[in-house]
Amino acid sequence: MTTTPLNDVMAEGDPAQTSNVEQVPDVERPDRWWQVVWSSRKARIGIVIVAAYVLVAVFAPLVAPHDPLDSSFTPLAGASGENWLGTTTDGRDIASQLIYGSRISLLVGLFGGLLATMIALVIGMISGYAEGTIVDDILSFITNVALVIPTLPLIITLVAYSEVRGVWLIVGVIAITSWAGGARAKRAQIITLRNRDFVTAAKFSGEGTMRIVFREIMPNMSSLVAAAFVGSATGAIGAEAGLAVLGLGDSQSVSWGTMLYQANAQGAITQGLWLWVFVPGLVLAILMTGMAFINFGVDLLSNPHLREDA
Amino acid sequence: MKYFARKFGFFVATLWAVVTLNFLIPRLQPGDPAEIIVKKLAGKDAALDPAQVRAMRAMLGAPDGSLLQQYATYLGELVRGNFGLSYSYYPFKVTEVIGQAFWWTVVLVTVTQVLSFAVGIVLGAYAAWRRNSRFDSVVTLGSTFLGTLQPFWIALLLLYVFGYTLGWFPTSGGYEESTPGLNFAFIQEAVSHSFLPALALLIVTPIGWILGMRNTMIMNLGEDYIRLAKAKGLPDRVVALKYAARNALLPSVTGFALALGGVLGGAILVEQAFDYPGLGRLMGEAVENKDYPLLQTLMLLTTVGVLIANLVADLLYGVLDPRARRAES
Repeated sequence: MTTTPLNDVMAEGDPAQTSNVEQVPDVERPDRWWQVVWSSRKARIGIVIVAAYVLVAVFAPLVAPHDPLDSSFTPLAGASGENWLGTTTDGRDIASQLIYGSRISLLVGLFGGLLATMIALVIGMISGYAEGTIVDDILSFITNVALVIPTLPLIITLVAYSEVRGVWLIVGVIAITSWAGGARAKRAQIITLRNRDFVTAAKFSGEGTMRIVFREIMPNMSSLVAAAFVGSATGAIGAEAGLAVLGLGDSQSVSWGTMLYQANAQGAITQGLWLWVFVPGLVLAILMTGMAFINFGVDLLSNPHLREDA
Repeated sequence: MKYFARKFGFFVATLWAVVTLNFLIPRLQPGDPAEIIVKKLAGKDAALDPAQVRAMRAMLGAPDGSLLQQYATYLGELVRGNFGLSYSYYPFKVTEVIGQAFWWTVVLVTVTQVLSFAVGIVLGAYAAWRRNSRFDSVVTLGSTFLGTLQPFWIALLLLYVFGYTLGWFPTSGGYEESTPGLNFAFIQEAVSHSFLPALALLIVTPIGWILGMRNTMIMNLGEDYIRLAKAKGLPDRVVALKYAARNALLPSVTGFALALGGVLGGAILVEQAFDYPGLGRLMGEAVENKDYPLLQTLMLLTTVGVLIANLVADLLYGVLDPRARRAES
């Protein structure tokens, strides 16, 4: 797979020009994509972090000491061998809630990110390829409107109207409110690609528009798409937590956001139960940082002259 | 001139789209939205109170009639500034309830937004200038990590440490006994109550500026005019500030307005934690009490606010950068 768009180098000037500050080694023949990503230390750390979370989420029933909804423990117990992080005001095991909570975050991240990326791709690619036509005008307008509307108030309003707040509703609402930035980036990218010779060649050989856009051009942007997916997934995880701390989370399951909501509602900090507040936010931040770190590696794919940093 | 006309045209079109969206959201669910909402308020099995249904319809913008007629009435009410009555603060008008909270949030968000912009620009520019230095990696990694923190969580931690444990700041509300207004006692109380919420927002908001500024500045540092400036023997400080940073600042100006939406989102969560008497807490209350007229109006208000900020940024950009004007004429 050749995922080294030359235009990035052209657009941003020759990296060698900055060489009076640092030595730029000759760029070698590009490695395979996973080698490039893995070559970044940040990305390696990120991949290890996310992998650990995925393992915990998948094997939650084996890892967690108790059922997260079992309220048979002594309320307000401190950390102990039985309850690693203590218990809540209604006698649930905090550590088990934390472990099961990873499932919701990863689920929302995976599917919210996928869906948002797909919407962004379809709208951005079509709009960019049709640049200057009425189709582009309409799609660009929709994108710009979606970009201006503040996401969290819109998500809150949409979710507030629905009676059943399942995890899929949250995934859907997050996806349809967060695709716009990605769509705009993809539109800009395809505009720089669509007049290349290989596109002209494809047109002359009689390929259809859809095939040209999604089969010929899109593979040249795969690193951008990957970066956008990781970014959207991170955003989706954050948005779910934001909704849940307002009491708008999935009422059927435990997530880190709902833990924070409960902790705040039960007055955890006034009672000095700081572990209950501290740990869910921390594990959330570590997961999201891990994902952001992965993107440092993915960025190396689309922007070769960042590679000297790694 | 064409540039400004285009931007203004986009503003009007977006405003229309947002207003229409606000009209459509309650109608997305199947059935009569008024009945559904009243049913929700009254509980599943309770009989419908016709008066309530009528009140609800009035709020939704139309007693009866086709969707188009409802839309027309809705627009009419909007132009007259009539947003209906709030449920949770009955019999106050939505506009009155919002008016109480409005300035709390506007001041909080404006102050933190401007401060975080300044902090972010300076740190980002310096990180780019000292690229690959220890400072650069600390700032880049640090801001990546801070950017992933939940505003609500930061707020709770600050509350725990500075509010409850150390007792340096009040833990909730916006003021104590003083009468709101331009008197010293009130301003003093408002500032001490706003300090922690502002700090919480400040911790999570400069992130975008830092990374954005750093990346555009690195790009600019590779340009020919920077080489020329260095070749002329200009001191580093002049090259960095007057040449590279000045040009790198431009994209951040457009970003300024778009970031406002994110800051508003953060403010909603932070206000919730501090029980701060602004629009964010009001939104939380509206959700909790299913106060749909209030919720809809808040949503419209925040969106229009971001929209206006966006227009101002676009116009300013046109003034600052002649290329933007020329490119589109």
